[in-house]
Amino acid sequence: MVRVDGNGNGEGLIRVRGLDKSYRRGGEEIHVLQGLNLDVERGEFVAFMGPSGSGKTTLLNLVGGLDVPTAGTVTVAGDEITRMSRRKLTRWRARHVGFVFQAYNLIPVLTAYRNVELPLLLTSLSRRERREHGEAALRAVGLEDRMHHFPRQLSGGQEQRVAIARAIVADPTFLLCDEPTGDLDRRSAEEILDILSALVSDHGKTILMVTHDPKAAERASALLHLDKGVLFEAHRQPQEVMA
Amino acid sequence: MRYLPLLLANLRRRKIRTVLTIGSFAVALFLFGLLFALRSGLRQGIDVAGADRLMVMGTSLVQMLPLPYLGRIERIPGVEQVTHATWFGGVYQDPKNFFVQFAIDPEPWRVMYPEYVVDDQEWADFVADRQGIVVGAKLAERFGWEVGSHIPLMPPPYLGNTMWDFTVRGIYRGNQPGVDETQFWMQYDYIQENGPDYFRGIVGWYAVRLADPEAAAQVAQAIDEEFRNSANETRSQTEAAFVTGWVRQMGNIEFLVFAIGSVVFFTLLLVTGNTMAIAVRERTSELAVLKAVGYSDLFVLGLVLAESALIALAGGAMGLWLASGVVGLDLTQGLILLFLPRGSMAGGLAVALATGLLAGLLPALGAMNLSVVDALRRV
Repeated sequence: MVRVDGNGNGEGLIRVRGLDKSYRRGGEEIHVLQGLNLDVERGEFVAFMGPSGSGKTTLLNLVGGLDVPTAGTVTVAGDEITRMSRRKLTRWRARHVGFVFQAYNLIPVLTAYRNVELPLLLTSLSRRERREHGEAALRAVGLEDRMHHFPRQLSGGQEQRVAIARAIVADPTFLLCDEPTGDLDRRSAEEILDILSALVSDHGKTILMVTHDPKAAERASALLHLDKGVLFEAHRQPQEVMA
Repeated sequence: MRYLPLLLANLRRRKIRTVLTIGSFAVALFLFGLLFALRSGLRQGIDVAGADRLMVMGTSLVQMLPLPYLGRIERIPGVEQVTHATWFGGVYQDPKNFFVQFAIDPEPWRVMYPEYVVDDQEWADFVADRQGIVVGAKLAERFGWEVGSHIPLMPPPYLGNTMWDFTVRGIYRGNQPGVDETQFWMQYDYIQENGPDYFRGIVGWYAVRLADPEAAAQVAQAIDEEFRNSANETRSQTEAAFVTGWVRQMGNIEFLVFAIGSVVFFTLLLVTGNTMAIAVRERTSELAVLKAVGYSDLFVLGLVLAESALIALAGGAMGLWLASGVVGLDLTQGLILLFLPRGSMAGGLAVALATGLLAGLLPALGAMNLSVVDALRRV
């Protein structure tokens, strides 16, 4: 169940209350998010839509602990991340968040496997265990046979699948996907969405996804719309929202 | 070790740039190595000079001293042992083949200079043969001499114009790095017998061993006082002071090494700093992703510094290795015994490492303070 009215019972995975984010640019205060509330339970696949500059990525950054709000709180699995130090937040991200970016953001000089292994290097896993986990993650995205390929040797869709493998390899609490199909053709986009849907349905993962693509949004279990810093439910009718 | 693949992969990212930067360090450390070898070569006499030995010479370099001075010096309080040596100045095959030749009194010489090590049998053969010589290992190697080799020398004009023949009876080695192994010793008695009359009964200088090195100044003064107002006044000084004076005649080597080294390393600092700054700038998004997935700011700082340090160490080691190879080629034909002490090699590597770390510091700090959100927005 996803709620934006601030009346969630607080037992959900993600709990956002009164979230404000503003920037100062050229002496002018820009309010990106204003008093935003959000409750997301485990196993939800939430899509955020909205025009450019509406604050979708900012919201994802705040929930993922990459940015700090001007006001308000973000609580994930009982941890109020908005009160954490930068150092603690870094460790928290490593444990709880998997990021998937629009531009894939793989490290070009590392093979697919080495890219996927990156989050595991921060753990106490042995080399053999890291190998097993990395191969399993690549298997989950159907790229086990490409593990020794460099990103330049992969298609865009394959690169994004590697990025998803990197995001899930450490078994994070939830995934944040910022326009994961934005740079892909329709077929590759569908493959990515299939993988994300399977992570939710088969593995019970929680995913928050920003997208401009109504077809991608259709795959989510809940669709939220963000406009001028205000979040509201779209009642699973993205076509109406887009209109 | 688990982060090594990431570190090495980053260095392989721009192979040409990495190779050129490593090359810059190699060239700089090569130069550093040569300069230090030159410095060490010129300083070797100072460093190994006996603290308990005095050199007693005439008041000018060409002024010889009478042999009877030996007994008088021996009687001066504080003097433990005295021997003498005389410059020969012969030419072997070609005037370019310069090397130091001394006529010595064998037994006291061997006692006076324990840093020169000669096999006992070889020494006995040398003492028994008027035309025998002992040569340093490096000199022997330079000309391919071995025990038994016959060495003809053309003496300086004041000693005649017929070839003098010598036989190598021994080869000495230094008992520590830096000991000059390029000398050529003949017997004083041989030049006394074969030289002209006016060369008899005179020596080039005296070497004096002190009973107490602390009393060097007083004994030197007493020796010079002994011969004041004579036809052959003396000038006594410690070996170290003598060699230092000789080195100074060639210029302020310390300053030269320091000045050139400073300029080279400062330039290297700028070049490497710029390279690392570019390297960091062009992978801003990757560093941001590392931070996003949980790598700490300190890790990113360390990663950039480690890359810079690795480049510096690789280049530094290569440059020093090349320098030690070139130093071994005897470029000065024995005039200056170039050598690169291990301490200087370690010091060179330390300087390279420090330069690498310093050069990488600003880019590393920039990477450490990188905002993930801002960096990802720039992608």
